Amino acid sequence: MLTYFLRRLLMAIPVMFFVAVFVFLLLRLTPGDPAQAIAGDQASLDQLEQIRETLGLNEPLSVQFLTWIGNMAQGDFGRSLISDRPVLEMIGQRLGPTVALALVAMGLTLIIALPMGVLAAWRHGGMTDRLVMAVSVIGFSVPIFVIGYILIGIFAVNLRWFPVQGYKALADGLWPFVHRIFLPGLALASIYIALISRMTRASMLEVLREDYVRTARAKGLPESLVLFRHALRNAAIPILTVVGTGFAMMISGVVVTETVFNIPGLGRLVVDAVLARDYPLIQAIILLTAGTYVLINLLIDLSYALTDPRIRYQ
Amino acid sequence: MSLTTSAPASPRKRLLENPPHWTTVLALIVLLAIIAMALFAPQLAHFEPTKLNAMMRLKPADETYWMGTDSFGRDLYSRVVYGARVSLLVGAGVAVGAIVIGLPLGLLAGWFRGLDAVLMRAMDGLMAIPGILLAIAIVALTKAGLTTVIIAIMLPEIPQVVRLVRARVLATRSETFVEAAVLLGTRPMRIIWRHLLPSTIAPLIVQGTYIYASAILTEAALSFLGVGIGTETPTWGNIMAEGRLYFAMNPWLVYWPAIVLSLCILSINLLGDALRDRLDPKMKGRS
Repeated sequence: MLTYFLRRLLMAIPVMFFVAVFVFLLLRLTPGDPAQAIAGDQASLDQLEQIRETLGLNEPLSVQFLTWIGNMAQGDFGRSLISDRPVLEMIGQRLGPTVALALVAMGLTLIIALPMGVLAAWRHGGMTDRLVMAVSVIGFSVPIFVIGYILIGIFAVNLRWFPVQGYKALADGLWPFVHRIFLPGLALASIYIALISRMTRASMLEVLREDYVRTARAKGLPESLVLFRHALRNAAIPILTVVGTGFAMMISGVVVTETVFNIPGLGRLVVDAVLARDYPLIQAIILLTAGTYVLINLLIDLSYALTDPRIRYQ
Repeated sequence: MSLTTSAPASPRKRLLENPPHWTTVLALIVLLAIIAMALFAPQLAHFEPTKLNAMMRLKPADETYWMGTDSFGRDLYSRVVYGARVSLLVGAGVAVGAIVIGLPLGLLAGWFRGLDAVLMRAMDGLMAIPGILLAIAIVALTKAGLTTVIIAIMLPEIPQVVRLVRARVLATRSETFVEAAVLLGTRPMRIIWRHLLPSTIAPLIVQGTYIYASAILTEAALSFLGVGIGTETPTWGNIMAEGRLYFAMNPWLVYWPAIVLSLCILSINLLGDALRDRLDPKMKGRS
């Protein structure tokens, strides 16, 4: 178990190394002068020099890279070019709404997508199955911001059940929080629902053919117990994998959803940072989200090993 | 099927015996209509898509302005028609580019085992960066033109292609005919070209359609966020971004481009599913 854990952890290191290389090279390989690109056309020579100095662009590439990695290892991700505050602090302030949004979307996805996928596989080829597949194709094809505006149009503007935009933290009370986060959560969940209902269906179709499912049915267990206790549990691994790889999709969705619903989270911070060309901030956000992605997939891999002994010995 | 027919049926005959699902036909019609919209935009549009008219701001739909006008008095219908050009162009550029770069990398990774470990970790690294963030960063550093947007959307799609091609190569290389070629002393490049490349083509066509659809979606998202191609060129995403300020007053400024955009992506995805079922019948009705 420990060997598996260590080996898996060691594999994550080169991945993170490449992430860092890509992000590092992005700024340096961009055609033209990066300082100019960041400062804009009207920048004076002094400003350009100052940006080069701040980002260490005057050093040789290898020195720049090592200094940068060394600083990050000490928790220094640089300072914003606009506000001169440490970027880590700025990111920390915006983390709350984004995490809340992502968790709500994840919760809604599991509540909606798992039963959808199980039902579709159970009634394979029937009307329910075709309906679920249709919903899934639509969920993949209709962009989150379109779904967001349809939800706003129906439930906020016409029916007035929900506020159009805005965010309240959970600390401000449960109802104001739920009231504002439900629509954005549902919009963000749409693509995830499409992905996970499909995966659940495919995985369940495999499992339902197994002998132990026939045995469970033969000994007279209620069908719901067969489906959710025996089949779904064994179908869980591919579903979990998709939850992990779908995380990158979730982050992309967050950026768009926060813009549609005017939520002051990380996504808005990124867009504002781009419009202000605040490169250290963009860089830090990319690195931290990529790191989170690698970490989540690592944890998911480890959870397989905990639940399924076959994986440990591979 | 009778046992006497031994020769494989011609593609045409197969298509007749196994006609496409009605949704596939519908998807094809919708996509062709959108392609026609892009090609014949100057003929189909009623006005120049950028023509301002201060007298005609935010008008509802009528016979002249089929979809009404936006806050600058520009004809929404003409703008939506022209918007098809950017979307289809970006989609094609990204799909072709990702395959042109990803295919050789995947072939090499699948064949040369030493290269594989390094290359695949690099691809894992690229996959760990959320696509839209990478695109945003690239657009932030360069001027947002058509080429920049295509490159920015293409980069995160490459790992998918590499993984797919590599998986096909790994499956094919253990086949007897490949082993025979190796034993005969065929040079690696020739094996890759003659024996491995053909097996990747069918899945790549399918993957290419999905990349096409996802690139159109990402381009629209970038435009919508205001970090895509400049607003002087109408795109479905930036039409929505401008319309959203007036959403409560006239939601159709957002709905029209949204409907055409969604139909476009939906039809490409449906065609991709149909292609996959034809090229790889084992996958039919699965995920």
